[in-house]
Amino acid sequence: MPKLIKGVGCPYCGSSCDDIEVLVSDDETKILEVHNACIIGTNLFHHANDPTRPKLPRRRQPDGTMKEIPYDEAIDYMAKTMLAAKKPLIYGFGSTNCEGMSAVARIAEKSGAVLDNCATICHGPSFLAIFDNGYPSCTLGEAKNRADVVVFWGCNPMHAHPRHTSRYSIFPRGYFTQKGAMQRTVLSIDPRETDTAKLADVHLMLDQGHDYELFDAFRTVLRGHDIPDVVAGIPKETIIKSVEIMKNAKFCMIFFGMGCTHTDGRNHNIDAAISLTRDLNEHTKASIMAMRGHYNIAGPGQVWAWQFGFPYCIDLSKGTHAHMNPGETSSVDLAMRDEVDCFVNVGADAGAHFPIQPVQHLKKHPFITVDPNFNMASEISDLHIPVRIAGVDEPGVVYRMDNVPIQFRAVIKGLPGVPSDEELFNKVYERMCELTKTEPIWLAAKEDRRYPESEAVI
Amino acid sequence: MATVTLKPTKVPELMFEGYSITPDAFAGKTAAQIAELPGHEGKIHMKLGDFFEVSGNAGETAADTDIVIAGDCTRVKYIGARMTAGTVTVNGNADMYVGGWMKGGKIHIKGNMDSFCGIQMEGGELLCDGDAKNHVGCAYRGDWRGMKGGTIRIKGSAGNDIGTFMLGGTIIIEKNAFIHVSTHAEGGTVVIKGDVEGRVGGQMVRGEMYVLGKIKFMMPGYKKVDTVEKEIDGVKATFDHYIGDLGERHPKSKGQVVYANLYLKAAA
Repeated sequence: MPKLIKGVGCPYCGSSCDDIEVLVSDDETKILEVHNACIIGTNLFHHANDPTRPKLPRRRQPDGTMKEIPYDEAIDYMAKTMLAAKKPLIYGFGSTNCEGMSAVARIAEKSGAVLDNCATICHGPSFLAIFDNGYPSCTLGEAKNRADVVVFWGCNPMHAHPRHTSRYSIFPRGYFTQKGAMQRTVLSIDPRETDTAKLADVHLMLDQGHDYELFDAFRTVLRGHDIPDVVAGIPKETIIKSVEIMKNAKFCMIFFGMGCTHTDGRNHNIDAAISLTRDLNEHTKASIMAMRGHYNIAGPGQVWAWQFGFPYCIDLSKGTHAHMNPGETSSVDLAMRDEVDCFVNVGADAGAHFPIQPVQHLKKHPFITVDPNFNMASEISDLHIPVRIAGVDEPGVVYRMDNVPIQFRAVIKGLPGVPSDEELFNKVYERMCELTKTEPIWLAAKEDRRYPESEAVI
Repeated sequence: MATVTLKPTKVPELMFEGYSITPDAFAGKTAAQIAELPGHEGKIHMKLGDFFEVSGNAGETAADTDIVIAGDCTRVKYIGARMTAGTVTVNGNADMYVGGWMKGGKIHIKGNMDSFCGIQMEGGELLCDGDAKNHVGCAYRGDWRGMKGGTIRIKGSAGNDIGTFMLGGTIIIEKNAFIHVSTHAEGGTVVIKGDVEGRVGGQMVRGEMYVLGKIKFMMPGYKKVDTVEKEIDGVKATFDHYIGDLGERHPKSKGQVVYANLYLKAAA
């Protein structure tokens, strides 16, 4: 009898939908059907059925081919390589659970590494703006129940977060928003006519890269001053009309994405958006939220900020303190400046997501990928270590885009012999301690997290 | 005055964190002792002697010590960071954090500088004959107290984020700048003798900016109030006087609202 598992979390986008239903085979090894998820989430679950999924680490041979090796050998290679490097870089963690992120921090500290996550090429600038200007944010539940004006600034949830609009932002009927989409006014600020922009009541098609000026114009109008006739390609009347909509809202919710964080100015665009939100609160209630990309990309920010005091770009090479300064300690900058001599890519695809030059620089040195699947990074790696898929065959805590923790569950049994990220990193840490003749320190919030499932997994 | 000369002997494989290259660290030490001063290359503890040939003893105090680096320091960070007195001269390029957090003394870089030069500077003088990259005289991430005093003069161009969260001091860029000048500033003076792409004085509360070239994209929160004759850094000209950023909060002083002032050289 196949089993229907309800209340499953989806390991795809930052919406982290937790209403998925998965039908699994009797022996809990195959996923048969996925209900409620978007097409990407559905496929992500079905990927776990792929019979070609790697089951053993693969090490690059002198002739360039990849050869399967036992886990112990891979763990030994990873430990030795990271200890030998002057400054290893550990990057990724968009798609793994918080337990893995917590465990990797031990090996980062032990090997004097730089610990970075996908935010560095995504919402990292939002963090910088939050440092500078605060974060007047709320949860997605509040957005759903209260927001009657929703602004999508430089983001396109119809493609990037397919169920965001139906679960939280445009269509759902909430406590104070019982008419759903009928009651909501949607503004889209995007240089392209995206599918989200097509849904919007007002679309401000601004000149690409001029978000900062437009935010400033919004704020200037809000304070009752005059602005030039055209700002960032938008006529004054449209800006005034948009400000009126936002000002007259009962609750104005601003969602922002890559269009703000990765155009010129970066953190300053978000900084201005946060200032705008604060200004709006003089007139009505307003809140702002980053459209985080992966289902648990808010996780490393939470976990590492608790462990080291910084959410990303954490340079632990001094051994005495953590240093963080994006521009210097961010992955792409480190790679471009040849400042690292070992690269570990975990649960992300640096091969596909980094510009080509940093990848070329990183390839001069040992390149290790820890990922359940074959991807571009794994194919150029010197060592590829497969792990279980968090949220599919490995449970764990994830943080949704509004920093709400959700316990994800495993729906099927993991591949035999394949460890989770946490188990793998704990083994690497133990090996590093053996090599350096030191005692492992297992300080953890939950002591039982050391080997969660079984001792004999590897 | 005693001069210590550092001659680069080896290019670091990664970046060398030369946080000991300051007159304060050198003061009262012999050449041999200076060569033993610490630095980092990644997690490896290195010595200055691993990358430089040191000659000459330092003076008794930082103020009596001149440091001359006779060569290129493209891969050396933190030159003159946190120094309080004395001088540092680099006959070549320097990497990040030149004169960061410095309180006094003088730094002269004869080549180019990388990012974060003079961040959180409190006093002294930083002169660069070439170009600087981003975050000149800026605040450290998350700090709302940026540059407080001193002078930074860049004879070439600079990138973005010049004088972010600036509270005092002077930054002079003799050529062009990219974007974000004096963002969030609450004091200080920035002079740009060339052109700026845009975002001059965004979210600025108070302080002065002078642009002698053109601003391609003006902030919408700035309003022209009058035209004035002014002399700045040896240049006398007619300036269009703007106040702003009208989108930002502004304090009152003696009943008057205080705005940031932007002086843009009037078209001839």
